[in-house]
Amino acid sequence: MKPVRTITSKTVVLPTRDIDTDQIIAARFLTTTSREGLGKNAFHDLRYDKDGTPRADFVLNRPEADGCSILVAGNNFGCGSSREHAPWALLDYGFEAVISTEIADIFRNNALKNGLVAIVVDAATHAWLLDNPGVALTIDVEGTTIKLPDGRKVPFALDRFARYCLVEGLDQLGFLQKHVDDIVRYEETRPWTP
Amino acid sequence: MSTPTTLFEKVWAEHVVVPETADTPAVLYVDLHIIHEVTTPQAFSVLRASGLPVRRPDLTLPTLDHSTPTTPVSTFKDLLVAGEGAANQVRQMERNCEEFGLELLGYGSGKRGIVHVIGPELGATQPGKTIVCGDSHSSTHGAFGALAFGIGTTEVGHVLATQCLLQRKPKTLAVDVDGTLPQGVTAKDVILAVIGRIGVDGGTGHVIEYRGEAIRALGMEARMTICNMSIEGGARAGMIAPDDTTFDYLQGRERAPAGDAWEAAVTRWRMLRTDDGAAFDKSVTIDATRLMPMVTFGTNPGMVVGIDEPVPSGGDASFRKALDYMQVEPGQPMTAYGVDVVFVGSCTNGRLSDIEEAARVLEGRKVADGVRMLVVPGSERVKAEAEARGLDRIILAAGAEWREAGCSMCIGMNGDIAQPGQLSVSTSNRNFEGRQGIGARTVLASPATAAASAVEGRVADPRKYA
Ligand code: SF4
Repeated sequence: MKPVRTITSKTVVLPTRDIDTDQIIAARFLTTTSREGLGKNAFHDLRYDKDGTPRADFVLNRPEADGCSILVAGNNFGCGSSREHAPWALLDYGFEAVISTEIADIFRNNALKNGLVAIVVDAATHAWLLDNPGVALTIDVEGTTIKLPDGRKVPFALDRFARYCLVEGLDQLGFLQKHVDDIVRYEETRPWTP
Repeated sequence: MSTPTTLFEKVWAEHVVVPETADTPAVLYVDLHIIHEVTTPQAFSVLRASGLPVRRPDLTLPTLDHSTPTTPVSTFKDLLVAGEGAANQVRQMERNCEEFGLELLGYGSGKRGIVHVIGPELGATQPGKTIVCGDSHSSTHGAFGALAFGIGTTEVGHVLATQCLLQRKPKTLAVDVDGTLPQGVTAKDVILAVIGRIGVDGGTGHVIEYRGEAIRALGMEARMTICNMSIEGGARAGMIAPDDTTFDYLQGRERAPAGDAWEAAVTRWRMLRTDDGAAFDKSVTIDATRLMPMVTFGTNPGMVVGIDEPVPSGGDASFRKALDYMQVEPGQPMTAYGVDVVFVGSCTNGRLSDIEEAARVLEGRKVADGVRMLVVPGSERVKAEAEARGLDRIILAAGAEWREAGCSMCIGMNGDIAQPGQLSVSTSNRNFEGRQGIGARTVLASPATAAASAVEGRVADPRKYA
């Protein structure tokens, strides 16, 4: 994984609540054996009508969304299925961070493991971000703050291990493998075997 | 005396290999890892690229379910019914299992089926185990007093390589369902009511423990229906303390302990309960006596009403968007709407008792004109058992389809879908936009409600068939 330290971008706002991972990447696109190339189908049924024509009123299809890598979404983003294809699709599309008031557990875990920074902010900051689409933000992952256009820095909570992995670009499998002796000892000494 | 602890805490504590600190999550041991074709290919690629073996093939249970067609399969051509990508995924899974020395419960095994159906039916799902799968409905296995949750593909790779996961300890939420359920009200109605109450994010960061008289009275398949949908309330896991109902279900199953080991296991399992006085982070109480058959009206499982209650009005822009998508009006009950497709199946309601419940309503009746009804057993075993009881004949005589085991219309990535705009009454777990096909409108319900709706051609109250 590439280290992720700061992200500077304008925001794109999707205010709908409870956007589930089926919306982010529909099941019919999961018949792949690769992680690559899912971006073109991210939010597919919101982006395109049934003839495959882009819906002009959908926010990602507007010119001002071009190049934006910070997604501000309604409460409880990423609920539903555990498909890691959802963060893969968002990253491949070009997003580097998603901000909401709540982010579903499995999605958040998957996102952080892939370098997509999933950020939960307080309700007031969220409301302001929803009301002001397209503002430029700087996310400082190491300092866990978001710098707003007026220079104010809003702190956000991020698990310390997740932060460390993002900043260092650390692969968590390598971290787990360092515990192989502990794992062997656990297997040998547990009171019952599965 | 030691501090009283919850069921969850007991199972968690037993599986901590390395405790968590402020800087690092716990290393948690996994006792059973169930895998399927959709969320594993990229994990096997990582193993292959790093030259790593699967650490514990004996604790890994692979099957094929999500992208398999529900028509008979004996050749590759038969798989293509689900599309080329799906067919290739199935073949890739077969190759991966062979390469990594895993026993795949695939075609020809007689044991293939939905991940959350086969674990319990083999007796591999047991009290006190940690169980994970690259599927969010892994919470199902918590019905046995296991700690079970869904993981992503990167984590699937972690478990394959190390049999462990990095996890922060979640919080606990007690859901007490007191009293006895009225006639004609099922486990599906209970869990839909629970989600309606706590909301689709009410359980985020928590493990639910379902307790109370109404839960204790349920059989294992009904308990699985409850735990299955914990994730629809945002909780990664849901648990029910094991009891004699649990042990009776497991005894004699092929992967359950036998002989002296059985006695020892039951003694250990009896300890798996929440101590009196143990504290939960949150709790909710539901009065079972006031529950009724439930149906969803919107585009998430928390948007739910009683079968004869009106769809609520008001709500914010997201709420109105959901009603628009569903083409339902506030103030009308869901029984006002005609039905195009009915689906009985999935890891929520694709077990023998679910198919019996649907067949009981269908017996001697006909699926209404213009309605397509699919009944899809959750596993090859469920299919065989249902056929041994003649349920297939009742279903076929009613004019419904009796299909091969798989996830089918729950996920719509295997050829089984509803058409744009069609209204589907479904016993599955997600009514998200497009889940059952582009533009498909899903109403979640119990097998009895689904079957009654098929017969009447509109969303229907099952109690008159009880
Ligand atoms: S039946 Fe549906 S929810 Fe269950 S495992 Fe299959 S796709 Fe997932």
